[in-house]
Amino acid sequence: MCLPKRNRHESGKTMLDTKKIRKDFKILNRKIWAGKTLVYFDNAATTQKPQVVIDSLVNYYENYNANIHRGVHKLAEEATEAYEKVREKVRDFVGATKNDEVIFTRNTTESINLLAYSLGESLEEGDEVLISEMEHHSNIIPWYLLRDRKKITVKFIPITKNYELDYSALEKLINKKTKIISITHKSNVLGTVNDIKRIAQIAKNNGSILIIDAAQSVPHMKVDFQDLGCDFLVFSSHKMCGPTGVGVLVGKKELLEKMPPFLGGGEMIRKVTFEGFTPNDVPWKFEAGTPNIADVIAFGTAIDYIESLGIENIYKYECGLTEYCLSKLKQFDFLKIYNSSGTGIVTFSNPLVHPHDIATIVDQYGVAIRAGHHCAQPLMKRLNVSATARASFYFYNTKEEIDLFIEALKKAFDYFKVGACKKLNPVGG
Amino acid sequence: MDKSIPKLDELYKEIILDHYRHPHGRVPLEKVDYHAEGMNPLCGDEVKLGLQLKDGKIEKVHIEGHGCSISVASGSMLAQILKGKDIQNAKQISQALKDMMHDKVNGAKDDIGDLEALEGVKRFPVRIKCALLPWTTFEEAIIGHDHIEIS
Ligand SMILES: Cc1ncc(COP(=O)(O)O)c(C=O)c1O
Repeated sequence: MCLPKRNRHESGKTMLDTKKIRKDFKILNRKIWAGKTLVYFDNAATTQKPQVVIDSLVNYYENYNANIHRGVHKLAEEATEAYEKVREKVRDFVGATKNDEVIFTRNTTESINLLAYSLGESLEEGDEVLISEMEHHSNIIPWYLLRDRKKITVKFIPITKNYELDYSALEKLINKKTKIISITHKSNVLGTVNDIKRIAQIAKNNGSILIIDAAQSVPHMKVDFQDLGCDFLVFSSHKMCGPTGVGVLVGKKELLEKMPPFLGGGEMIRKVTFEGFTPNDVPWKFEAGTPNIADVIAFGTAIDYIESLGIENIYKYECGLTEYCLSKLKQFDFLKIYNSSGTGIVTFSNPLVHPHDIATIVDQYGVAIRAGHHCAQPLMKRLNVSATARASFYFYNTKEEIDLFIEALKKAFDYFKVGACKKLNPVGG
Repeated sequence: MDKSIPKLDELYKEIILDHYRHPHGRVPLEKVDYHAEGMNPLCGDEVKLGLQLKDGKIEKVHIEGHGCSISVASGSMLAQILKGKDIQNAKQISQALKDMMHDKVNGAKDDIGDLEALEGVKRFPVRIKCALLPWTTFEEAIIGHDHIEIS
């Protein structure tokens, strides 16, 4: 196994050896169209996987594939141990304690659905759930479903014109009926990082449970569960170099123990009779059926890989890329850029050229960006656009790639004569 | 199917960009006989369509919404072409466009006018939905559905 070593500059500034890192990602050499090498700027949707992660999957299937927690044979023992080790790895990676639990789900979405379902059982008619205007659909719909089931109310904390959460509005919205606050740590559109410690204090004073959607933060910055002070933290493996099909729910043990199970079946029970069942202990109480063993194990490898680079280094490096990209985008003074303090994510739009057209044109130059509503339709409504274009970075991206992206963008704007005829009335929204 | 690299010029023909910049059918109607809203939830594109009929023929078309150049241009062409057609004929045109997108031979190809410029879209498969959105909305309008979502 060849993991890149942390690299220190003479000046003491930490940095990443991107050239070396990129060798771990074969896909980054892929030719998209004749002569055009992939520039992958859709990392907020999912990241690429280093070879060690792919090898880890293959190694599991080739050498110790077995079902876990239910065999006495050697393979079952090895697979169970490898799977359970990842639980500890995740716990340490996000700074949870021994009294906190790590539950594996399929993705962030499933983790939030689990919480909405299970925590939701104790909510009563008239209770309130607070979310924000910058949530991904996966932190909206589960609460709408609960609302319809339990006749509760879902309220939105607004954002300011600087694309930040409006904390004073939060203080006004919160009240004794607010049982749950579920909020994103980092917006997948704006890149804004919310002040979770501040929200945790407000939640705690009010006796509300705080859930943090960390899908966009855990892969890109140091996240410490204890330090944040929230009750639950959720994220996805596939957005941090790991395989798809694995999500995480970290939660305080005393809360998880009180919560009813979400899905029922094998693994989550201790005893079943003709009359009923006794649920298993947490975390297994929430892991019904055969879990995604191979992908959880490979997710562990992804965490090792990220740790070998250093999450702080990744964060700093991405800040540099974001600043560089924003400075280059300044030349297109006709663009609206939805970013004030965010890192790793640059979202923009212009009424004369639709994000789809931008994405199609830059794709011809090998550049993969996202166009659309980014699963955040209420936020788009709030920003008063129907769609935006988004470039999102990871540690393997480079300034040279940003230069290629900017060149490709120029072509897109030339095509639509944006800049040249700014005075044209906007069409198509 | 043509395996060569699709060229942007095939997609963004001048005629398409013209329709995009100066779309037809933006004037709201005082009365509508058929109406529907179409949406592509995947990308947020939205189309609102209204038709006014006189003596069995489409007299006026109103179309508006948010969308990319392809969906706006296709909607603009729709407004232009369907004017004066009877419903039967309009349906044939819609079918002819769909057939063209899915590489099916269709006898009615001659009278699809500017729509032929959309042929290049089929080299960019993810954009076919954009081109068809106004037409699917039209088809839903005449069978009486008010609101459709295609994804
Ligand atoms: C902020 C945020 N929350 C939740 C999700 C949902 O993640 P998943 O699709 O892995 O469940 C995403 C990913 O798109 C996201 O960016």
